[in-house]
Amino acid sequence: MALGAARGRRLPRPGGAALSRGLIALYLSLLVLLPVAAVVAKGAERGPRALWEAIAQHEALTALALTVAVSVVVVAVNVVFGTLIAWVLVRDSFPGRRLVDGVIDLPFALPTIVAGLTLLALYGPQGPVGINVAFTRGAVLLALLFVTLPFVVRSVQPVLRELDRSMEEAAASLGAGPWTVFRRIIAPNLTPAIVSGAALSFARALGEFGSVVLITGNLPNRTEVASVYVFGQIQSDNVVGAAAVSTSLLAIALVVLLVLGLLDGRRRRA
Amino acid sequence: MRRLGLRTVALGYLLVLLLAPVGVIFWRTFEHGVGPVWSAITAPDAMHAFWLSLTLVAVAVPLNTLFGIAAAIAIVRHRFPGRWLLSGLIDVPFAISPVVIGLALVLVYGHGGWLGDWLAGHGIRIIFSTPGMVLATAFVSLPFVARETVPVLRELGTDPEQAAATLGASPAQTFWRITLPAIRWAVIYGVVLTTARALGEFGAVSVVSGKVAGQTETLPLFVQDQFENYNTAGAYAAALVLATLAILTLVAMNLLARLRRGRSATDATPTRATSTRAVTA
Repeated sequence: MALGAARGRRLPRPGGAALSRGLIALYLSLLVLLPVAAVVAKGAERGPRALWEAIAQHEALTALALTVAVSVVVVAVNVVFGTLIAWVLVRDSFPGRRLVDGVIDLPFALPTIVAGLTLLALYGPQGPVGINVAFTRGAVLLALLFVTLPFVVRSVQPVLRELDRSMEEAAASLGAGPWTVFRRIIAPNLTPAIVSGAALSFARALGEFGSVVLITGNLPNRTEVASVYVFGQIQSDNVVGAAAVSTSLLAIALVVLLVLGLLDGRRRRA
Repeated sequence: MRRLGLRTVALGYLLVLLLAPVGVIFWRTFEHGVGPVWSAITAPDAMHAFWLSLTLVAVAVPLNTLFGIAAAIAIVRHRFPGRWLLSGLIDVPFAISPVVIGLALVLVYGHGGWLGDWLAGHGIRIIFSTPGMVLATAFVSLPFVARETVPVLRELGTDPEQAAATLGASPAQTFWRITLPAIRWAVIYGVVLTTARALGEFGAVSVVSGKVAGQTETLPLFVQDQFENYNTAGAYAAALVLATLAILTLVAMNLLARLRRGRSATDATPTRATSTRAVTA
């Protein structure tokens, strides 16, 4: 495929590139486009009224509301701690800094079910520290914070590394205190990176499944998040209900990513 | 003093959220010695789950690698209608819940699905069997290679390739001797991320697998199955295997990132910035 693409680029004869594009389109259609279209079609097949009724089921709505609310909290915590961790990794120096830097990506590498199990082992009923958050909404928050940890850190870090420090030195020499320097100089420069990391954590938190299934107990109307609700509906053969809630999740994620794309485009033009 | 305070807060957060839980899993696993762990890992169902996971990786990763290289070249080097659509569609798996991905595949390839009944009529079973799990794995790990390769390819520009062509290299020679060597670290990095994601996928595979122990159970599904059947020793042992693989992945990622930074100063910054984005799932 790649070979075909390379050939089409130089020669006027379109054969290779066309073949490569055809295969790409076929693979994407069968794997992504068709299945996602099927979810939306299933959710909407009985019209917008039925779609709304499926979403407005008490359990479904509670799950969606919980998911969005916890995701908002997750974003807020990540913005603060992600920026702080990035700052410490770039500006501070201490023994073991590179090791800590390498460990940040662990939540991306660790299978989500293992993430859930590790949190349960430490903060569950048999945990050695005597803190038990299992089967509470706190557990949902904990699991989502774990899996989304790297997003803000990794988007802020490179920007902070490239940031020209003479601006901060100038501000400091003019009498600005550390907090003023951060608020007026550093924060504005980091905002685009923070927003992008925040949006990615939000999208991830909305759909997270593996890390929450063990530790939250999936109690309907209490700790059940949207993805767990969808899973339950699939298991009990209510495919229409599952597709309806899935469609609303898709819509929320789409809006978030569109806003992110617009912000990104505006920044590039500026 | 202020600096020390910030450092303490940042490291404390990492310790409480990340390091302590992962450390506990190692401690918990070996609580009763190595013997029970070994027998749990070598139990037939665990071995089968491990091999099934490897099989999924062996099919999905090469597919997504070929796709990723071809798609990156198409996005960066070609102008055609629908290029923006291709670029946007590649990111879709990052924005969708794994459970929704599973549902999506069931609705197309399952019983009563758009293609499912036709395929069943030809004796092809996809959902609740290995092909469906391959599809789910390929879906969730689709973007990595393309996302890693696109910025490097863009950074490279067309000059080296055009120079090769001017000197009489055939398109195939240009690809193998100019383009591929230039993007190889990005591709390898993408492959590592794809493999890690494919090995650990839970939600999407869970929906399409049917979860029959010893048949359609991957290693992450095995962890859940063992845990829910009160065989925590088995769950911890399998989780340990997955955690060890994750840590190896992490080491490989860091080595590769360092290699790439050393290799060319120009692609260091975009690379670091984009890896974040790509890991993003």
